[in-house]
Amino acid sequence: MTAIDFAAGEERKGFKLLQYLICLKGILAREGLRYFSQKERFVSSLVRPLLWLFIFAAGFRQVLGVSIIPPYQTYVLYEVYITPGLCGMILLFSGMQSSLSMVYDREMGNMRILLVSPFPRWFLLASKLLAGVAVSLVQVYAFLLIAWFWDVKAPIAGYLLILPALFLSGLMLGALGMLLSSLVKQLENFAGIMNFVIFPMYFASSALYPLWRIQEASPLLYKICLLNPFTYAVELIRFAFYGQIEWFSLAIVVTVTLTFLGGAVLAYNPARGLTIRKQEMGASN
Amino acid sequence: MKSEARSSEIHSDRGRAGPAALELASVSYSYGERKALDEVSFSIEPGRFAVLLGLNGAGKTTLFSLISHLYATRHGDIRVFGHPINRNPGDALRRLGIVFQARTLDLDLTVKQNLFYHASLHGIGTRSARQRIDELLQSIDMSDRLDDKVRGLSGGQIRRVEIIRALLHRPSLLLLDEATVGLDIKSRATILRDIRRLVDEKGISVLWATHLIDEVNHADQIVVLDKGRLVADGRASDILVRTSSDTINQAFSKLTGIVDIRSGGKS
Repeated sequence: MTAIDFAAGEERKGFKLLQYLICLKGILAREGLRYFSQKERFVSSLVRPLLWLFIFAAGFRQVLGVSIIPPYQTYVLYEVYITPGLCGMILLFSGMQSSLSMVYDREMGNMRILLVSPFPRWFLLASKLLAGVAVSLVQVYAFLLIAWFWDVKAPIAGYLLILPALFLSGLMLGALGMLLSSLVKQLENFAGIMNFVIFPMYFASSALYPLWRIQEASPLLYKICLLNPFTYAVELIRFAFYGQIEWFSLAIVVTVTLTFLGGAVLAYNPARGLTIRKQEMGASN
Repeated sequence: MKSEARSSEIHSDRGRAGPAALELASVSYSYGERKALDEVSFSIEPGRFAVLLGLNGAGKTTLFSLISHLYATRHGDIRVFGHPINRNPGDALRRLGIVFQARTLDLDLTVKQNLFYHASLHGIGTRSARQRIDELLQSIDMSDRLDDKVRGLSGGQIRRVEIIRALLHRPSLLLLDEATVGLDIKSRATILRDIRRLVDEKGISVLWATHLIDEVNHADQIVVLDKGRLVADGRASDILVRTSSDTINQAFSKLTGIVDIRSGGKS
């Protein structure tokens, strides 16, 4: 190092595309390292959907018959029906968990290191989001692999075709988590959000039962399910398994993703005040 | 400009025509009703070691959060080498190295992983980052800890790694918020010596926030905050004269006590 390296006169402006990629790669690598250095976290994220598949679905299939509805062309086992929903559940939990880690990071100060990077803030947050989605995709495929051995199978091509659907749904749920994390002041409050967001989103959707069944049971619940963006994420994944694009779901998921993402970037913009409002709590002076 | 007149009074031996390393003009900040900073203006010339003195609650951390763009400056103006932090945060932040009061390394990752992460946040590629990390770690005799998890390091070592991290992107201005709090005497001395050496040898500018008065040298610029207000700004030796004090400790007590003596240049 020489004194010139630190000289102030040297004009440094903007970043090249390559530097954006370096930054994105760095954020992805950190998220991956953090995730895989905690083996318990990986295992527990797999156990949850597997319990649903092995126990809940096995018990429930006797109670609930699923008739032939698109995209299925034959009667399917209940396990097959809920697999897309469980993929969605992994993405949902993962999206909320990475936003939980953002609240944690903020309390611990790690978030500051990200936010004082000279890259544009939208880019930093989007990279952080992508990193979270990448980690959750690994979880989904690990789950599908185990399900395969449990004889819950979809057409081989389907496993590739769901990738874009999973990715989009992951973005949507991650962006929602990020938005929530910016609104939550402290870690303790987050448990409430988990109960008030994750469970209602999961249960009031087409993840566990087809919507026509819900309609028969309760027209009100049916309407709630139709308003729940998670329903469309699940349907997008379900149809993708069989090589079909559910255009309406796709449109909803894309729109909601953009909305949540925009909200999250605004919420983390210091000039907008949301960050300030919650930082009052932590600031000691 | 008012602040220029004042900083020339400090007669920087490295004085140059370019913009100040850091310039604050009438910066105020409130948490709701409570005013954390009230019309704070001062500047630091390039290549100077400036100490920001204040008791806990004086507004030091708020000031740091504003300079590092974690909070938006709504009232007043902050510039880093002429780049306004509000309108052009990217250009200001890339010239800024920051060591926060709270520990901000990832405890479960290794020293190397933490440093590479930071390098990537500044768009520094692997090869260049590796070279810089090696050089910097050597300079603090910690090359052998590269692959250790941060959790296994001592408090002083963690601080030194954080300082290395703040220097990776070769900033021109280094901010340190209570960098030596909670460390033993030896670590404190080492860190302070290293930072002073950076100022002398590399011409880097430093804003060193502390409430530990024994860290101040007579030649340093000191900026004293008291309950969010600037009560003194100037060379430590001048402030001793102005407050008719024998020690900086005494001067500080007078400044933060009843007597309010602002630096001479200020009207």
